[in-house]
Amino acid sequence: MKKMTYAEGIREAMRTKMKEDPNVILFGEDVGKFGGCFGVSGDLWEQFCDDRVRDTPISEGAIVGAAVGSAACGIKPIAELMFIDFLTVGMDQLVNQAAKMKYMFGGEISIPMVLRVPAGGGIGGAAQHSQSLEAWATHVPGLKVVYPSNAQDAYGLLLTSIDDPDPVVFIENKVLYAMQNDVDENEMKAIPLGKARVVKEGSDVTIITYGRQVYDSLQAAEIVAKDGINVEVIDLRSLFPLDKETIVKSIEKTHKAVLVSEECKRGAYTGDIAAMIAEELFYELDGPLMRVGALNTPIPFSTELENYVMPNVRDIELAVRSLF
Amino acid sequence: MKITNEQLKEMYLTMLKIRKFETSAMDLFADGKIPGFVHLYIGEEAVATGACANLREDDYITSTHRGHGHIIAKGGELNYMMAELFGKEDGYCNGKGGSMHIADATKGILGANGIVGAGHNIAVGSGLAIQTKKTDQVCICFFGDASTNQGTFHEALNLASVWKLPVVFVCENNGYGISVSQERHQAITDISVRGASYNMPGITIDGNDLFAVYEAVGEAVARARKGQGPTLIECKTYRWRGHFEGDPTVYRPEGELEAWLKKDPIPRVEKYFIENELMTEEEIKEMNDNVDKMVEEAIEFAENSPIPSLESALKDVYSDIVEEGRVR
Repeated sequence: MKKMTYAEGIREAMRTKMKEDPNVILFGEDVGKFGGCFGVSGDLWEQFCDDRVRDTPISEGAIVGAAVGSAACGIKPIAELMFIDFLTVGMDQLVNQAAKMKYMFGGEISIPMVLRVPAGGGIGGAAQHSQSLEAWATHVPGLKVVYPSNAQDAYGLLLTSIDDPDPVVFIENKVLYAMQNDVDENEMKAIPLGKARVVKEGSDVTIITYGRQVYDSLQAAEIVAKDGINVEVIDLRSLFPLDKETIVKSIEKTHKAVLVSEECKRGAYTGDIAAMIAEELFYELDGPLMRVGALNTPIPFSTELENYVMPNVRDIELAVRSLF
Repeated sequence: MKITNEQLKEMYLTMLKIRKFETSAMDLFADGKIPGFVHLYIGEEAVATGACANLREDDYITSTHRGHGHIIAKGGELNYMMAELFGKEDGYCNGKGGSMHIADATKGILGANGIVGAGHNIAVGSGLAIQTKKTDQVCICFFGDASTNQGTFHEALNLASVWKLPVVFVCENNGYGISVSQERHQAITDISVRGASYNMPGITIDGNDLFAVYEAVGEAVARARKGQGPTLIECKTYRWRGHFEGDPTVYRPEGELEAWLKKDPIPRVEKYFIENELMTEEEIKEMNDNVDKMVEEAIEFAENSPIPSLESALKDVYSDIVEEGRVR
């Protein structure tokens, strides 16, 4: 075992693939000598130079477009947007181009690109630098959406995403970047997309979550354990493809589910998963499906207000308790 | 640049293929045989033809919603194109793309595109791929005058210029963004001036003059192949038909179309053939007849092609995932 941060996990996956394949390139705002706005690309520029690690202008349409076009011509680009919020500026290229090209061209062209996007609140970023927009991506057929919660998963899932023949939106949680996790050096390998991880086994209720909320959910599980509630926590890791099998297996055991994400609840991806459970597992449930998310507001700046709007351990604890 | 007689005849053949394919598409749409939207290239044939004549099979193009001409000029096959317009299984996209979404990866055709201004940055990406692989390929990005008001145009020219990418931006200024004339949608007359903002050469030429297009794009392609960066070429031209088939074109001033009909790029080449005794009237007629046959065959091919299976609707969303369909 050794310690590795989430950001290092991402960086080392990029390094591994860039060493392996000259067609893997990285570009985005300040990813070069500066090392990335959140320091994720670090020293990659020093190792691979301007040809392979390129600073771009502040030009998100061109960044996403260059990823689409180069991927269509046989490159495996990794494009970084500084914040997922800036995806709005490059959205046409992701939604109308990257996601559609294989399908509308009859399978002729593949787009093996990775779009890395830092997401989430908790750093005082306010309304335009804190959003959780994963539901925008999961909504679009043609995109794969990955959201790791720890260094080992970030490493293994990014290896797979870079090699994936389809466009992958790789969502990174900003608060987790500096978090250190234990990683098993013998297990530093590709993790298939669509395989959730049962982080904590339990028998009474299933928490389905991902990203930063995995940690909040584990804390909530610890709190309710004192009252004899045994929680199972599932980290989805990839939002699409979705590991339905693991969800189904768990609910067949616990008969209760709480879905937790950092998204504002209206239109959240957790709603889609809840609908799937309601359609397919209704008779397995012995209580209502509960969802925990942010309030339906933009993320406010003031720390106290931000903390109020964002979901936390207490919200998860209350949701779990409400089922007993 | 010297054009050989063979090259010129080849280009003339391409122009005829575009004109006759488009004229047939117009009739077929009117007869209700082609669903959806059809945007025709009639009148603009010299641009795609003169530009693509400078390309090799391994070069790339990006196209637009008015893409049939570009695709034919880059070597797209009429049978598969027509079958796609019909929404049939043997179409380029197995009936899932239609008129606005034809691509042929084997010929470097990165797709027609239904979003105005979307091709610019895909072309930039193509240029980035070429630069990364260190080959001497190029990409021609075709687009209309109205798309130069999209932010994507400016983002693409800027990035192509700062990275010296092998992209040739070919603007087809046909005078209209749908119904809005150029003087109402931008405060410049020559779009080529916008090259200056990005420190790239910008020139304006007669887009109905095949020779002028061939030469200007040829020089730009040569520069791009040598790693000397992008060029913006504005080709002044005109679409004879409306924005889409069914457009009543009430926005066109009287006499405008008639004036442009006199500048038809095709008879200009025929005149050159006759004056320079490169082809006789009979040879020209024979070539026309041959192209008529090609288009008739394409229509027959399209009509005989099966309707796609319903299961095919689920395929090619992803490379490795096919979701379940519905049971009725």
